[in-house]
Amino acid sequence: MVALLLFGRRFGLSSNLRTMCSIAGAGKLSDYFRFDWKAQSWNLVFVLGTVAGGAIARFLLLAPGPVKLNPDTVETLKSMNIADAGSAFAPSVLFGPEAWSNPLALLVMLLGGLLVGFGTRWANGCTSGHAISGLSSIQWPSLIAVVGFFIGGLAVSHFVLPILLPAL
Amino acid sequence: MLRILLLGLLFGITLTMGEVISWFRIQEMFLFDSFHMYGVIGGAIAFGIVFNLAARRYGWLSDTGQPLDIHQYEFGWKRYLLGGTVFGMGWAITGACPGPLFITLGAGYWPIVLAIVGALGGTLLYGILQKHLPH
Repeated sequence: MVALLLFGRRFGLSSNLRTMCSIAGAGKLSDYFRFDWKAQSWNLVFVLGTVAGGAIARFLLLAPGPVKLNPDTVETLKSMNIADAGSAFAPSVLFGPEAWSNPLALLVMLLGGLLVGFGTRWANGCTSGHAISGLSSIQWPSLIAVVGFFIGGLAVSHFVLPILLPAL
Repeated sequence: MLRILLLGLLFGITLTMGEVISWFRIQEMFLFDSFHMYGVIGGAIAFGIVFNLAARRYGWLSDTGQPLDIHQYEFGWKRYLLGGTVFGMGWAITGACPGPLFITLGAGYWPIVLAIVGALGGTLLYGILQKHLPH
């Protein structure tokens, strides 16, 4: 965030979703996508960097390994049929090759993504814009947004996933 | 632009090595079982607060001499609370917020492509419904 501010930019990842839709021609559907996206193209370069960063970390630096989770989390997730909790980086049922032959897993990823896109644009920011940039500049709207992040996240983690995950 | 690309690269490597893009870490966070994610995000906020205070106190400018582009969110609460809640639900399901969404793609966990397509679809849907939603 600090480096981007010093370079005259700002830290915010979800605004790229709007930019991408605008480039794809979504301006025909809504005024929301009619804006000067070229001025935002630097942020797409940042995204490109993050993609490369993820690839370098996993394939060149050969990290990360299995996530050392709290044993309580491992137990909770195993009770929801996530067998590789504690011994993998991401659950194979959602992120592994076998997800491709599991229509429900694919649907879950698609709908989860839909909520991420819809919610971050409605709230006008995500973890980088609200939680990090907004809270560190002491802004009330960002605190309200972060409270919302947790209302939604806690509700899903505690009440929806215990039903959804065993069905995968 | 090269330096922006390198910053993105550093961000992607850091979040992968720091396990921030791990679906498991996000579950652990929402189950309140670990300090890990709170440490990462809280640390970033703490550093940001110190930086922002110092920048204001000493009048720091960007490298081109412009004031720092610190976004001031419009006053209100509906869009932040409601949109935030919807995003939180998606965050808990996919284990990815918009940054990790793309980093995870680079790290080669291919089914994340569906979440990215979903996120673009959700953005499109928001754009279409925007005028009918409370803000």
